[in-house]
Amino acid sequence: MTLAAPPVPAPGVVAARRPGRSRALWLLLALAALLGLAVLSVAVGSRPVGWSDITAALGGSSETLAEAAVTKRIPRTLLAIAVGAALGLAGAVMQGVTRNPLADPGILGVNMGASLAVITGIAWFGLTAASSFVWAAILGASLAAVFVYAVGSLGRGGATPLKLALAGTATSAAFASFITAVVLPRNDIAGGVRSWQVGGVGGASFDTITLVLPFLVVGLLVCLASARGLNSLALGDDVAAGLGERVALTRGLAAVGAVLLCGAATAVAGPIGFVGLVVPHLCRMLVGVDHRWLLPFSAVAGAALLTAADVLGRVVARPSEIDVGIITALVGAPFFIHVVRRQKVRAL
Amino acid sequence: MTATPTSLTTGPAPETVARVARGRGRRRARRRAVVVVLVVLVVAVFAASLMVGRTFYPPGDVLRVVLGEDVPGASFTVGRLRLPRAVLALLVGLCFGLAGVTFQTMLRNPLASPDIIGISAGSSAAAAVAIVTFGLSGAAVSFLAIVVGLGVALLIYVLAYRDGVAGTRLILIGIGIAAMLESVIAYVLSRAAAWDLQEATRWLTGSLNSAGWDDVVPTLLALVVLGPLLLTRVGDLDMLQLGDDAASALGVRVERTRVVVIVAAVGLVAFATAATGPIAFVAFLAGPIAARIVGPGASLLVPSALVGALLVLVADLAGQNLFDHRYPVGVVTGVLGAPYLVYLIVRTNRAGGSL
Amino acid sequence: MTADHTLTVADLSLGYGDRTVIESLDLVLPPGRVTAIVGANACGKSTLLRSMSRLLRPRTGQVLLDGEQVHRLPAKELARALGLLPQAPTAPEGITVSDLVGRGRNPHQRLLSRWSAEDDAAVAAALEATDTVELADRPVDELSGGQRQRVWIAMALAQQTDVLLLDEPTTYLDVSHQVEVLDLLTDLNRTRGTTIVMVLHDLNLAARYADHLVALAGGRLHAVGDPHAVLTEDTVRAVFGLDCSVIIDPVSGRPLMLPIGRHHVAAPVDVS
Repeated sequence: MTLAAPPVPAPGVVAARRPGRSRALWLLLALAALLGLAVLSVAVGSRPVGWSDITAALGGSSETLAEAAVTKRIPRTLLAIAVGAALGLAGAVMQGVTRNPLADPGILGVNMGASLAVITGIAWFGLTAASSFVWAAILGASLAAVFVYAVGSLGRGGATPLKLALAGTATSAAFASFITAVVLPRNDIAGGVRSWQVGGVGGASFDTITLVLPFLVVGLLVCLASARGLNSLALGDDVAAGLGERVALTRGLAAVGAVLLCGAATAVAGPIGFVGLVVPHLCRMLVGVDHRWLLPFSAVAGAALLTAADVLGRVVARPSEIDVGIITALVGAPFFIHVVRRQKVRAL
Repeated sequence: MTATPTSLTTGPAPETVARVARGRGRRRARRRAVVVVLVVLVVAVFAASLMVGRTFYPPGDVLRVVLGEDVPGASFTVGRLRLPRAVLALLVGLCFGLAGVTFQTMLRNPLASPDIIGISAGSSAAAAVAIVTFGLSGAAVSFLAIVVGLGVALLIYVLAYRDGVAGTRLILIGIGIAAMLESVIAYVLSRAAAWDLQEATRWLTGSLNSAGWDDVVPTLLALVVLGPLLLTRVGDLDMLQLGDDAASALGVRVERTRVVVIVAAVGLVAFATAATGPIAFVAFLAGPIAARIVGPGASLLVPSALVGALLVLVADLAGQNLFDHRYPVGVVTGVLGAPYLVYLIVRTNRAGGSL
Repeated sequence: MTADHTLTVADLSLGYGDRTVIESLDLVLPPGRVTAIVGANACGKSTLLRSMSRLLRPRTGQVLLDGEQVHRLPAKELARALGLLPQAPTAPEGITVSDLVGRGRNPHQRLLSRWSAEDDAAVAAALEATDTVELADRPVDELSGGQRQRVWIAMALAQQTDVLLLDEPTTYLDVSHQVEVLDLLTDLNRTRGTTIVMVLHDLNLAARYADHLVALAGGRLHAVGDPHAVLTEDTVRAVFGLDCSVIIDPVSGRPLMLPIGRHHVAAPVDVS
């Protein structure tokens, strides 16, 4: 038995239970929270700064150290928002496409696939331009996604959460070995590799953001457009087909969108796990299972979560920083365990 | 079946009994042959890893060094460098092979080995913190690795416990814990003074590069104490393969067996990991490979331990000698293991078997 | 061989987590007879069976085998007297039929003891009884559902217990295999005097093959005794919430239940 993420009531029932107004209210609240966190992310960091520094830096000045620090925080905040939104949305779409409550780009090995592709590109194919990294990452993410899903869905019962998670974990472990094997003989690139093993947004610049922005926008649009199709898919392939949905096409398009988002996010921020797992689950509790609400809400909440994790990582280890990928794993893994514990055994 | 089967009243026909006995004898003979061949192979590769290296030493020299004679040149290279390395490879291979197949048998899932469900990661994280952050060494590291390894195993067990432990839930929770611990390792390594790739490799994929006699002693002790303890539970483990209910009906105390077996297997993993790091995929692959050679139905503990030792020895020999660059053993097993892993997942899934 | 073991349930309450499944149940299972436990889905049939074979600890009350609490008996000693075939046992990948049946010898073997000629004989007897001798060297994975079920029963037979509990031994089998399995259990009962206790969901098969019928409803005992006394229109209405007509089965002389739905009722039937 494959398990639909949570039990899925008919859309009419959902609407009756969660009036559009309360969902709109939640969305507004989430946007407000994101805005607050963004301000916080610019204002707070491993170096304490005053309000005058911040206003000066926002005005374009970067003369003092404090102002320079703030100037660096602006692209960093924007990147955290973009990557968080991408991962949250991609997670929600993947959970919908696979009807699997544990689907997450990190757990499914998609992030590691992107990392491996970029590192192989640097070491063997002489990639140097940041723009080529994005393509490599997207290629790696797609191959890993297809591979893990294919392996995990063979055999009886299709892609059960257990099979997918095991296939993903095992594949990630194999990719990690490959990464080490590729890097070890190459002292010249070893230093840069760390950022491909632990995800973070610390190295952000406006250039990197503009580089991935087109990919993110396309991915975002494809994903949002597939919301209605995902609602049908949630009822099971046979029912969806009976409702006139072109199952393979819907699933394929949505997956392409999600992989674009993960690949692009990993290309600029490295592998960041668990955002795509935690966010959709929290959002479902607040706005229900209708993907037309769930998807945008997951994007906003993902952005807020990653921004918050980044701020936290800068504050708790002052004067140094903890990479955001480590924070999300530490916060997200217990949540993953909670989700697993709540499921009935048979459904796993 | 219209008539009452005669065997219910008069006992079985002699030819049926002979047939049953013959089949059993055939399978036992195969198992023995496999064990003998594996032992021979392990000894051969062990000897080869003492002889082969940057300088080749003939068997005679190696033997004299092992027997304690002083051979110029060879005494240092073979006695001080290659011998402890090969002995440690042998021991951790046995530990990983034994522990891996124990978990796989107990949880009825070929993918449920300690390196996937977070137990190796627990020991590895503890050792990394102890060495990199607190600058500890030797027995203190082993001690921390085993305490944390057991703690993690206990935590996974407790979290997975709801009216008994379901294998699937335990595996998934283990995966979650492993992700957390790996990020702890990554954090510890990123805090280290310099990003030392050698050290990182050791704790992420396993390496024999720092092997010495002080690593050998605790690992040997663990194997001598915990190995036999596991071997006394072979029968119960075989019964557990039929499912908890069936095993219990056949007279196995399921929970008690599980606790003893988990403690012993975790102990083996923890000591081995403290010495070399979690050598990728050895615990994971040893059991399935052993199952392929031995054939179904037989206990896999001993063959799997031997396969584990063979894997580590061969991978280290290859990593040291086959390529331009010297690769640590964990990278070799990781890369070699990947295709087999895929094959295994695909095959298990297609059989619709225990996954 | 036919040392009659009596299985008794006294004031037994069972449950999982917060949920109570069986409440203060008293039951005596007659030795040397075939007992079938029937009831609606989720009425606690399987739970009761699991508790009788020590798989589930009672909340209160006890399960007694000849006056001894089964939960206090040494595991192997109990397993030599009482066997259980669970609903969904798993066969290790690739295991051959005779090896699987051999697993049933576990309670008769000591730590590190060798396989004996007696074990071979028990396995051979179990294979013959279940008509699976020809399958002996084949992997269990390759067998059909009916063959597989016979092999599992063979494993339980190799255990050579005086009491055999079976949880829905006929699920997933087509009707001819169902009859075959139940005939086999009847043979076992008649020739060896083995006490059989099984959960069945087909009321008519239960009434035909059981000497003693136990009907559970909502975790409590609703009716117990001879099939003629238990399988009545009133019992079926109380236990399953279904109107029916009970006639005498012309084949077996046992009661036969004919359900009455809202459609396809030819003549008015008296269901009062």
